[in-house]
Amino acid sequence: MEKQDLKAVMDVKDLFFTYPGAPEPTLKKNNLTIYKNKITALIGPSGCGKSTLLRAMNRIHDLYPGAQYEGKIDLLNPETDKMENLLDLQKEDELIGLRQRVGMIFQKPTPFPMSIYDNVAYGLKLSGLKNKSELDGRVEKALKDAAIWKEAKDRLKESALGLSGGQQQRLCIARSVALKPEILLFDEPTSALDPISTGAIEELITELKKDITVAIVTHNMQQASRLSDYTTFMYLGDIIEFDETEKIFVNPSVKLTEEYITGRFG
Amino acid sequence: MNRLVLNKVVLTLSTISALIGIGFLFWILITLSYKGIASIQLSTFTNDLVEGGIRNLLVGQFTMALMATFIAVPLGVLAGIYLREYGENSRMTSIIRSLSDVMTSAPSIVIGVFVFALMVEPFGTYNGWAGVVALAIMMVPIIIGTTDNMLALVPKELREAGIALGGSKKQVIMQIVLKAAKVGVTTGILLSFARIIGETAPLLFTSANNQFFSMDLTDQFPSLTVSIYNLATYPDEASRELAWAASFILTAIVLFINLVGRYVTRHKQ
Repeated sequence: MEKQDLKAVMDVKDLFFTYPGAPEPTLKKNNLTIYKNKITALIGPSGCGKSTLLRAMNRIHDLYPGAQYEGKIDLLNPETDKMENLLDLQKEDELIGLRQRVGMIFQKPTPFPMSIYDNVAYGLKLSGLKNKSELDGRVEKALKDAAIWKEAKDRLKESALGLSGGQQQRLCIARSVALKPEILLFDEPTSALDPISTGAIEELITELKKDITVAIVTHNMQQASRLSDYTTFMYLGDIIEFDETEKIFVNPSVKLTEEYITGRFG
Repeated sequence: MNRLVLNKVVLTLSTISALIGIGFLFWILITLSYKGIASIQLSTFTNDLVEGGIRNLLVGQFTMALMATFIAVPLGVLAGIYLREYGENSRMTSIIRSLSDVMTSAPSIVIGVFVFALMVEPFGTYNGWAGVVALAIMMVPIIIGTTDNMLALVPKELREAGIALGGSKKQVIMQIVLKAAKVGVTTGILLSFARIIGETAPLLFTSANNQFFSMDLTDQFPSLTVSIYNLATYPDEASRELAWAASFILTAIVLFINLVGRYVTRHKQ
């Protein structure tokens, strides 16, 4: 692997993760590096732990008490240029800060039951932004960045629930982008969408990587190969192989990876 | 052939049963409307009980029911939020949930007796506040139940999305989850109101009754339902006619609130 102009923004080191009440860890000694302004895909059969790993990256697991982490997930602090272990964060406001830096898009679109404008402004208001004209500007910019401004600009005050599924998902991306996160985590963002909406979201994710680092869980092998720069293949809680996407899809070094990619199992 | 015969028999039996049920319902409603409407005059609404009207009774009944709502809504909604959002399926949560379910079907007379011992005996006088508290006790478990169930319908992804945008648990519950469950929670409150507006037993020996117009909740308080109970037992024709009129008006009110509740659920969800 060539790594000259690559900068790691997140480094998962020997990570074990156990769900509340589960007898055994779901993730076993995972190691993975997420590079700045690259798209990293996590693939693998259902139940392999790819969503679990993604959800560890912004500690959303902590919503359900009893989740246990072991190991480290280092996150680059852009101010000091040093890596800091995000598993050390304990207080609620520290976790809130983490989630503002590491955003997340879910499988099903999750518009809040409020207007389109308020959906995008919600996170901004939470982060303390109150100035109306600044809010307006940030909302417009986010909607433009998420390629939904044209459809939304005349109905900003209307309920977000009236949008189509694909539009709702782009709104959710706009909502996250508005916070200017360093990393965006996508958990199968197109599996509930039709092919045209899927195309629009994929195009959008490719656009986003200019400013934001992306990690994406997907069941769709074509999507992983189309979108990503790096691919991680996971199986039964282990990371089997992590490499450049081209390498993984053309010439994987582990036999299991090849079998999965060629569709022999999974 | 056998199946066809059986089908006919079951169909006939269930149709007859349905007709009997509906028949009685309509019998009650028609008698009530016939006798009730015939007994209603303008003075029914403008006079107080002492002058043969129900003005003070309507005002009294609604005052107590509204005060009870003010007490029961925050208690019930917050308890429902606790059970669903903070309870985490602990033992404590399931005990509270079961107790609340039992309370929903607690005989209202028992609640009346309880409040009598708590708020009437010690003060030596029937009072409106005791009635308010008895009604609130009836409302709380209903509101807890609907809030709990309606919050359960909100997908967990919506909570996660709020958290992922940097919301605290409290903010996500109050600003997103509760908003998503708003229609259901409101309907629950309306239906619990409809349930208590027609209650007699919890008021019978708490607020008792008052023939005169009163807004003083520390004293005996006018009540429509208790008045119906009393008037129906009086021997004179005028009292019984007033009881019919009051019963009809009460039924119309309850029916109206129920219909509003249903309308809201159907059209706003």
